Amino acid sequence: MNQFEYELAPNVENAVASGRSNGAVFLAGGTNLIDLMKGNLVRPTRLVDINRLPGLDRIEFLPDGGVRIGALVRNSDLAHDPKFARDFPAVAEALLSGASPQLRNAATVAGNVMQRTRCPYFYDAASACNKREPGAGCEARGGHSRLQAILGWSAHCIATHPSDFSVPLVAFDAVVEIDGPQGRRDVALEDFYLLPGNTPERETILAPGELIVAIRLPAQAALFAGHARYLKIRDRTSYAFAVVSAAAGLRIEGDRIVEARLALGGVALKPWRARAAEACLMGRRAGREEFAEASMLALQEARPSGENEFKIELARRLVVRAFERTAIDNTARLSPLPASIVNLTEEIQR
Amino acid sequence: MNIMNTAHVRHGSNIGQNLTRREGALKVTGAARYAADHHPAGMLYAVLAVSAVARGRVTALDVAAAKAHPGVVDVMTPQNAPKLAHHPDEKTNPFAFRLDILQDAQVRYANQPIAVVIGESLEAATEGAVLLAPAYQAEDVVVRFEDGEHFVPAAVGVGAPAEEGHGDVEAGLRNAAQRVDVTYDTPAHYHNALEPHAIVAEWQGERLIIDTPSQGMAIAQGRLAGLFGIAPEDIYIRSPYLGGGFGGKGLIAGPQVLGIMAAKLVGKPVKLVMRREQLYGPIGHRGVTRQHMRLGADTEGGLTAIDHHILTATSRFDDFFEPSAGVTHTLYATPALLTRYEGMRFDTGTPLFVRAPGEASGSVALEGAIDELAEACGMDPLAFRLKNYAETEPLTGKPFTSKALRACYAQGAARFGWAKRPLAARMMTDAQGLLTGWGVGTATFPAHMFQASARAEIRSDGSGVVEIGAHDMGQGAWTALAQIAADGLSLDMDKLTFRIGTSDLPDAGIAGGSAHTATAGSAIHNATGAAIAALADIAMRDETSPLFGAGNAGVVSRDGHLYRRDDESRGESYATILSRAGLDSVEGRGEGAADQAVTENYAGHAHGAVFAEVKVDPELGQVRVTRLVGAFAAGRVINPRMVESQYLGGMIWGVSFALHEEAIMDRRTGRPVNGNLADYHVPVNADIPSVEAILIDEQDSLINALGIKGVGEIGITGTAGAIVNAIWHATGIRVRSMPVTLDKLLF
Ligand SMILES: Cc1cc2nc3c(=O)[nH]c(=O)nc-3n(C[C@H](O)[C@H](O)[C@H](O)COP(=O)(O)OP(=O)(O)OC[C@H]3O[C@@H](n4cnc5c(N)ncnc54)[C@H](O)[C@@H]3O)c2cc1C
Ligand code: SF4
Repeated sequence: MNQFEYELAPNVENAVASGRSNGAVFLAGGTNLIDLMKGNLVRPTRLVDINRLPGLDRIEFLPDGGVRIGALVRNSDLAHDPKFARDFPAVAEALLSGASPQLRNAATVAGNVMQRTRCPYFYDAASACNKREPGAGCEARGGHSRLQAILGWSAHCIATHPSDFSVPLVAFDAVVEIDGPQGRRDVALEDFYLLPGNTPERETILAPGELIVAIRLPAQAALFAGHARYLKIRDRTSYAFAVVSAAAGLRIEGDRIVEARLALGGVALKPWRARAAEACLMGRRAGREEFAEASMLALQEARPSGENEFKIELARRLVVRAFERTAIDNTARLSPLPASIVNLTEEIQR
Repeated sequence: MNIMNTAHVRHGSNIGQNLTRREGALKVTGAARYAADHHPAGMLYAVLAVSAVARGRVTALDVAAAKAHPGVVDVMTPQNAPKLAHHPDEKTNPFAFRLDILQDAQVRYANQPIAVVIGESLEAATEGAVLLAPAYQAEDVVVRFEDGEHFVPAAVGVGAPAEEGHGDVEAGLRNAAQRVDVTYDTPAHYHNALEPHAIVAEWQGERLIIDTPSQGMAIAQGRLAGLFGIAPEDIYIRSPYLGGGFGGKGLIAGPQVLGIMAAKLVGKPVKLVMRREQLYGPIGHRGVTRQHMRLGADTEGGLTAIDHHILTATSRFDDFFEPSAGVTHTLYATPALLTRYEGMRFDTGTPLFVRAPGEASGSVALEGAIDELAEACGMDPLAFRLKNYAETEPLTGKPFTSKALRACYAQGAARFGWAKRPLAARMMTDAQGLLTGWGVGTATFPAHMFQASARAEIRSDGSGVVEIGAHDMGQGAWTALAQIAADGLSLDMDKLTFRIGTSDLPDAGIAGGSAHTATAGSAIHNATGAAIAALADIAMRDETSPLFGAGNAGVVSRDGHLYRRDDESRGESYATILSRAGLDSVEGRGEGAADQAVTENYAGHAHGAVFAEVKVDPELGQVRVTRLVGAFAAGRVINPRMVESQYLGGMIWGVSFALHEEAIMDRRTGRPVNGNLADYHVPVNADIPSVEAILIDEQDSLINALGIKGVGEIGITGTAGAIVNAIWHATGIRVRSMPVTLDKLLF
């Protein structure tokens, strides 16, 4: 680890001012940043610790039915907030499907949204990586690419975004509140992330010094409370990043779908909102055939970036499954193994 | 030795007791000090700089930049590394594997140490290692079977023949009514013990003091003595606790030697702890295999032939070929048997021992292929195994010292509910719509014994001391060996001072090959027997003792007393005997080793049967092992709790083998792609909803005086095969390449 300065920011204004300086980064829970520093993958010259920023650790339920989540709210605290879990079950489920209890206790919601890719070549300082060093090349291409992107990738980067939390957030139109040198602004999370194109080093729209202060979910998101799920396919039952994941929501009136939401995780460098799939379900029955049609539309543009063609078919099947579960389940109660396809714990307990 | 043991019978009540780990409280409170917990005064921190390329040369190191960093004390490179008495590539004995300890600028695998930075703090040394910014001349690498030449190795494992067998395998296959001809692939596994290799080294003149986790202190002493040109007795190793060994700490690894060299270079105590990522290189790993199985059976389901061909890779610079054929030599009766090997050279570190080396990888292929043949014969896989039950060891024809495998099959099957298993695949679906399958695998591991010595003492206050340089990797040696020791002296545990874990104690041999309890236990048994005999001798010669003249009738020891065997009303305490004789103590020494007459004429193996239930999502391919039941017979059980833990841990590693674990090397660079615990998957709690081990009674009067076989490794064998077979039973798909990830089941 290189030598760096450390600064405990007393307020947002100071944090923003310090964050602007060259080589400065914000330190939240540190569960991602410190690992990257230890691996010599990022070498900040100044750590701006934002953990004591006043007022950013609150969950505010807004009068209109939406919610405003302070940037420093810990992943566990949000997921286990009873009202939050009831109103936004897919988001709570996604949070609890990520990492481990210890990590979730330390990790903040802004840090989660901002976490870096888990591309193995990004994590290996000896590999060429355009994200770490623009123009260096992308060693993932032609390498071990089983978990890499199938949507939105470019010749310069085929990585995926690893956050589970962000997937339902994108599905339900979350907005990021940003404070910065130029003042405050709100950006839809979907537009917050950038696809790699030929500048994979640019991951979000944040400018230097800009700080996430909160994440908002609109009131409409809560309308899906009875029919919202996050399903995550992973290589072991817990403590693994998604192979692919899906956040799905349905509003059903009578036997018709009046609104559908779908975002996929583990498929691209941002959570992938599948609007064509959503649109095709409008006014239709919540049936397997309809969901299958939606799944084809959702993966219409998918193509393998390496030895990962299986992910396309897997994602299609997952979309069908996620909608099937969403249509049936009242998910206000969280399962012991959140986002699992199979809920063995429940079965064993029974 | 034997005469003494029959003349004087000891009655103890410690063996067989379900004691908890005696050092458990120390461990859970943090009071137990592992190697890296030591901080001698003036200690510096050493950090490895490791190679980014897998083959080539280091052409430049910016030593000046590293040294200029505040807190960096020195940088050790091939230029200034202390001279060694032996070249580290010299093969001084079959257990001396080549080490990379800065002998030159050559690079033989990724993560090979290329320099050591020594600093006042871990942080300074770590940054110093980065600042070295090495440059390389890299060469093309080979890390796949497709990319290089195959050859027949001279020997496999440690000195085992590369081809063995009997009978005419081709004729057996030709005449078979049913055949299978299949290839199973098993990947490389890397050691990931919770405690990485670590060392704190201090030179006191020509004397070397080290704290380091070791499964073989005496072997390490020998190796280090050779390298540093000092006497083994001048090397003092402390290794009371290991945070896991699994074979990775059997032989001292290069990085540990580098810690000692660094201490010599700077003339101060030095601590070196490997980073998790650095484990994927210099410390040995389970070699990759491709196993071609050809089996035939007659119309009755009797085997006609087994041909087990193993392709495996060693490093480019040393020889260790994963000996996967052992299971085939011991498990199923067949008139014709052939096992043969081919090798390849990869640009990786040298593969070495990883829990059940050979047996674990071989077992998956054999158990899978046997299951496929059972299917071809239309037989229940358990019935098929019983039909081909080996009454004598298939390779050698020797009788077994004991073999309660039938009881393992029967009790395991009963507990699991095997009788209700439908014969065909894809017949069971659960309420959630998941495909359900049941599979079985046979477990086996040889009952090895190495060489050990122990010392026992009975004191005039009636207490006892037993000393042996044994190793507790977490398996429970502190407890189980103490139980043997206490019984040996016929004392309660609290009357016993038990010492293990330092190199100044009598050599206990290596804690490997599942042989430690048997070997060290036998030495303790004999040493304590000798102490009792010496004490009895004193009493029997003493006219004032009630034991005077017990002579051939002998004496028995019980609860700190000796009694006449023919008249137990006549006896006295150890304390009385010694104080009357004016002695502080009496000592006994004993050796533990296999009885050559037995090993020549008998085959000794532990056995077991593992039953697995899996559930597979028919659309998404996700597999879960919902139940595991293993029944194992391994001779006498010294401590059921410890033994059960070994079985459970082994079975869980079997789950890992079947579903999770795989070291991936980039085929272009030879660098590990998943060299960290986030990406190198092993099962987590949620992957193991239900696992159960049944301890099957097995009396073995031949294997050693205590009747002990080994339990440390057998659990991993059988299990992976049972799971793969259960996956077939659930889905109708035979996946023959480990691990079975979900993409292999998208059908
Ligand atoms: C072993 C392991 C397994 C994991 N598994 C999963 C998983 O399955 N699913 C999953 O989703 N995640 C997983 N994670 C990632 C985990 O969720 C993230 O590490 C965590 O959410 C990051 O939050 P933090 O507060 O610790 O962020 P930090 O590490 O402090 O920061 C991360 C990044 O965000 C920036 N940042 C932090 N706060 C702000 C802010 N307010 N404004 C602007 N920038 C900010 C930092 O500068 C830094 O670049 C795993 C992590 C580990 C180590
Ligand atoms: S895929 Fe992206 S993150 Fe991975 S190595 Fe290539 S550029 Fe870097």
